[in-house]
Amino acid sequence: MLNFILKRLGLAILVAFTVSLISFSLMFLSGDPAAALAGETASDQDVEAIRILYGFDRPMMVQYWEWLSNALMGDLGESYYFKLPVSSLIADRLQITMLLGLCGISFALLTAVPLGVAAAIRPNSIIDRVALFLSVAGQAMPSFWFGLILIVVFSIQLGWLPPSGTATWRHFIMPTIVLGYYAMPAIMRLTRAGMLEVLSSEYIRTARAKGASEFTVLFKHALRNAIIPVVSLAAVQMGFMLGGSIVVESIFALHGAGYLAWESIARNDLPTVQALILVFSLFYIIFTFLSDVLNAWLDPRMRTG
Amino acid sequence: MSDLTTTMKPDPMLEAIVGPTPGQMLRKRIFGHQGLMIGVVVLAILVLVAIFAPLLAPHDPYAQSLMARMKPPVFLGGTWEYPLGTDHLGRDYLSRLIYGARVSLLIGAVAATISGVIGTAMGVAAGYFGGKVDAVVTYLINVRLAMPVVLVALAVVAILGGSLQVVIVVLGLLLWDRFAVVMRSSTLQVRGREYVAAAKAVGCSTPRILMSEIMPNIANNLIVVMTLEMAHAILLEAALSFLGLGVQPPTPSWGLMVSEGKNMMLFEPWMVLIPGAVLFVLVLAINLMGDGLRDVTAPENRS
Amino acid sequence: MSTPLLSVKDLTIDIPVGGGTLNAVRGIDFDLNRGETLCIVGESGSGKSLTSLALMGLLGGKIKPTATQMEFDGIDLTKANNRTMRTLRGDRMAMIFQEPMTSLNPAFTIGNQLMEALLLHRNVGKEAARARAIELLEKVGITAAASRLSQYPHQLSGGLRQRVMIAMALMCEPELIIADEPTTALDVTIQAQILRLLVDLGREMNMAMILITHDLGVVARVADKVAVMYAGELVETGSAKEVFNAPMHPYTRGLLRCIPQPGKTERGARLGTIPGIVPNLVGGITGCPFRTRCDQAVEACRTDIPHRNPVENHRFRCVHETGHRTAETTV
Repeated sequence: MLNFILKRLGLAILVAFTVSLISFSLMFLSGDPAAALAGETASDQDVEAIRILYGFDRPMMVQYWEWLSNALMGDLGESYYFKLPVSSLIADRLQITMLLGLCGISFALLTAVPLGVAAAIRPNSIIDRVALFLSVAGQAMPSFWFGLILIVVFSIQLGWLPPSGTATWRHFIMPTIVLGYYAMPAIMRLTRAGMLEVLSSEYIRTARAKGASEFTVLFKHALRNAIIPVVSLAAVQMGFMLGGSIVVESIFALHGAGYLAWESIARNDLPTVQALILVFSLFYIIFTFLSDVLNAWLDPRMRTG
Repeated sequence: MSDLTTTMKPDPMLEAIVGPTPGQMLRKRIFGHQGLMIGVVVLAILVLVAIFAPLLAPHDPYAQSLMARMKPPVFLGGTWEYPLGTDHLGRDYLSRLIYGARVSLLIGAVAATISGVIGTAMGVAAGYFGGKVDAVVTYLINVRLAMPVVLVALAVVAILGGSLQVVIVVLGLLLWDRFAVVMRSSTLQVRGREYVAAAKAVGCSTPRILMSEIMPNIANNLIVVMTLEMAHAILLEAALSFLGLGVQPPTPSWGLMVSEGKNMMLFEPWMVLIPGAVLFVLVLAINLMGDGLRDVTAPENRS
Repeated sequence: MSTPLLSVKDLTIDIPVGGGTLNAVRGIDFDLNRGETLCIVGESGSGKSLTSLALMGLLGGKIKPTATQMEFDGIDLTKANNRTMRTLRGDRMAMIFQEPMTSLNPAFTIGNQLMEALLLHRNVGKEAARARAIELLEKVGITAAASRLSQYPHQLSGGLRQRVMIAMALMCEPELIIADEPTTALDVTIQAQILRLLVDLGREMNMAMILITHDLGVVARVADKVAVMYAGELVETGSAKEVFNAPMHPYTRGLLRCIPQPGKTERGARLGTIPGIVPNLVGGITGCPFRTRCDQAVEACRTDIPHRNPVENHRFRCVHETGHRTAETTV
């Protein structure tokens, strides 16, 4: 178990470094960052001054090293647009995104797991068909469109929910549904498939042969085994959701990190964009690492192996 | 003894019970699969619409008309001149939708092909050679998965400038992860089969084994992932264009149409509903086809 | 003779499949008394396992067995609801499966799974269940039984897992135990041990046992009664002595030719084989299902086959009165 965790941690750190390298090199994708920063009307002297001011004249590896060592200390540079430290800017905005992500994944799990279990218990029943329909529709639904439809129906037509902002919990209902519905189909399908597979396994027959009640069979013997892969999928989806929050936050005008990313990209605020890519990646890496550890702990074959 | 041999002949009555051939059963499964058939038919119609767009579109999708701005669709009291109304620049909505099918399908097909080539090469190499190759590919997949797709795509497209080609290439370079994961595990399964060992035993070269033993046996999974990633690419393009950082106006992209309609949403919700619904139907059709193909070719269905 | 513990008449199992109905088990009869061992032999796909699952009420959702009679100690199993079946299963009738590697739940400890069997049916505390689990693990020959309770299935070998399965089946001292090829998945070297153990424990606890196998060597050693199954029918049933000494059905004779028998098989002589394969059971079979492989087959085999009962406790189904083609039955 310890061996597994160390190995997995090594991979996570290696991946984190690679991602940092990639997000750093984004800066140089456009060619000359100094020219981009100075703007189209700047003279050559201005560009040169900026180049020296921001240190773009030094070798790339030196710049990367400086950026990385600063980043490790929590200093992610200064936003070109806000003229503020990127780290405090992100920390400020991240709360909303994290809250949204947590609400989204909870919504997804609370709908997908019961639905998946119910569908697996009675394959081809009405509930299975409803679950299948919801998941097929969910996978094809463009989330920005879904969000707009919700606004049209619940804010404009019915006037039940506020269309944008973060003032109250009611502002979070529609964003949660949109973000959660994005993750729901995969979780539902995996739960259903896992339960179906487990329910046809021989140890379930053994449990029935013992005289266990259907409830015990389903919720003690089956779900315990079927839920293991769902845990890691949920972590992966949570990582994707934070990255995907950019669309939802822009529709509902939630001023979270995703919204910040959208603004910063539009404003060519590269240090902020770099830092956001790094932060979102790190969250994904941490979530998947933790879920792998949790998974290993849930599965006795891994725990004692 | 002589009558013994005659009575040992297969009984004709039992012969009659022999089931259908595998080919017949596959055909029956394909045509009996509702989702697959719906997906294929809808997709085929949309592909035909895209191909014959110039013949089908009633107007030029780029032609603006200040006199005919924001005309409602027929079912909301409009005229047959503009069956689905016009947008804020007076462009015919139906024509823009028809040409938009070209954009979506082109992006989906080309991006999925680019990622398919990258991901399949990586996945098959990792699965077949194992060891260090596998470790490197697994690490690359992890790196790729850690990067937030929408954010990276947005940033790169913003830096390089939004055009159809840039969007296609960026999506193609970003969406190979599922190909690599699925092809890796399929290859791992196939690699251990007896016919691969047999091919090695008779001295086939590695490329030959990969092309004629491995690939044909994982092709069905490849096709399934291909369709699903095509849907994924179409959705992502629409999202990028919706955020204003994908395909640039005046190209008729469905995502862009939703984005343009958003400003009028309060009074003319159909401007958002129609392009989104078409996008939904296209992606739904592709997904139904992909899921159907998976069901039909899944080994557990081969009885 | 007292009333049998288990009595089955005309048990039929139909499975709906893609191309029609699979008539997997077609009207079989047998009785079993307390303390008796019945061996059901036959090839793969002959319906042996389905028969045992039907007795336990463990056939999957859509498969409904029918029978004119299926009674366990006076309880009509055809009419028993889920609740009744649940109270019987694990308590009065227990089952041991073929695959010890997959028959135990990987997520729970051996102790948890053993104790569960007792806790479900007896009003006892955890300590008593634990003590019973240890007692039975020792009985099935597992050393350091107490420390095994906290282990997980994957930590045990196949042979040990099958011993655990046997212990689990015995937790409530059932009156009937059904063992579906309990040793097929094990190493040859421990097959005999496990089987011996099972049979000895069965005798010791005076349990009735149905042992499903395709290993005739096993049958010869442990069976009181033998039932030979072919393509969903019992082609021959009888006491082990009768069936082995005077096999009547051509299929039984064919099976016996496939194994060496001391005193009968010559050294170096080739063992027999039965050519052909089991027929497809989808969509109704009339006549004798074995006729396509039978060296005694005649035209009359296509029609209904009579039940024959030459001596007490010995029945078989064949158009030939003796199981051999004679001048009068050859048409």
